[in-house]
Amino acid sequence: MWRSFLRPGDCALIFLALLGTALSFPLLWQGGTGEKLVIRQEGALFLEVDLQTPREIRVPGPLGETRIVVEKGRARVVADPGPRQYCVRQGWISRAGEIAICAPNRVSLVIAGKNAPYDSLHY
Amino acid sequence: MIPSITELKVDADDLRVARLAAAAVGLSLADAAIPLPLPGVKPGLANIVALLVLARYGWMSAAWVSGLRVVAGSLLLGQFLAPGFFLSLAGAIFSLAALALAQYLPARWFGMVSWSLLASFAHIAGQVMLARLWLVPHDGVFRLTPVFALAALVFGVLNGLIACRLQRDFMPEK
Repeated sequence: MWRSFLRPGDCALIFLALLGTALSFPLLWQGGTGEKLVIRQEGALFLEVDLQTPREIRVPGPLGETRIVVEKGRARVVADPGPRQYCVRQGWISRAGEIAICAPNRVSLVIAGKNAPYDSLHY
Repeated sequence: MIPSITELKVDADDLRVARLAAAAVGLSLADAAIPLPLPGVKPGLANIVALLVLARYGWMSAAWVSGLRVVAGSLLLGQFLAPGFFLSLAGAIFSLAALALAQYLPARWFGMVSWSLLASFAHIAGQVMLARLWLVPHDGVFRLTPVFALAALVFGVLNGLIACRLQRDFMPEK
């Protein structure tokens, strides 16, 4: 009975609205994705890389070498000479404001977006 | 009683608009009483009245009914000139603008469900824009867009169907 109220254009419009709504979900849900990885050594800028270009980076520190891998919009520390391995266990970081710090080796990773949502180092 | 100096001429049109606006106010109170998880997500039942008025009496009457509904409804809810009032006002203005265009869609293909859907999406567009410009000046507001769009879709279709049903049952000629 309710179907009889729907004219062809109505159905087309409902379909369009459904499509638009469905498409808006993943598009807007991710939000705050990072664009760049900022690597610091001893507090000084070591390297700034684009998160979309896959690459491996070796950062020398007082204890040895920290190895960082960047791929598909995310980054992680794969190896670090530090004793507790906190930054390695942090895993992948991808959102603006996320950090990984290898304190013993004085290396820090920060994901930078267009505009940082908050300062996670000083907060 | 002292006779009033100014005399307001009330014609049949005014009475009709007032009556319909009262119905719309009643429905917007019912709206406010329905608990929903997110602030800003509402069925917008009062828009059913706006749709029927547009179908029967034209856009000008629909604009009057919606405008009066927003003002009187917010007075009754104690929201007059509060943020919620401006959000409803923005929504009403945008959906009336959408309806002004939608009424010229060929009736053979597009019925009140289309009007309702266009109006509900215009409504959330207006509200999200006002919220971004004024209430929450941060792009994070846009992340709620999918939720609002879903609400607009569901309630837009439902309100349109209810309006069709009411038109068939209570406004047989036309």
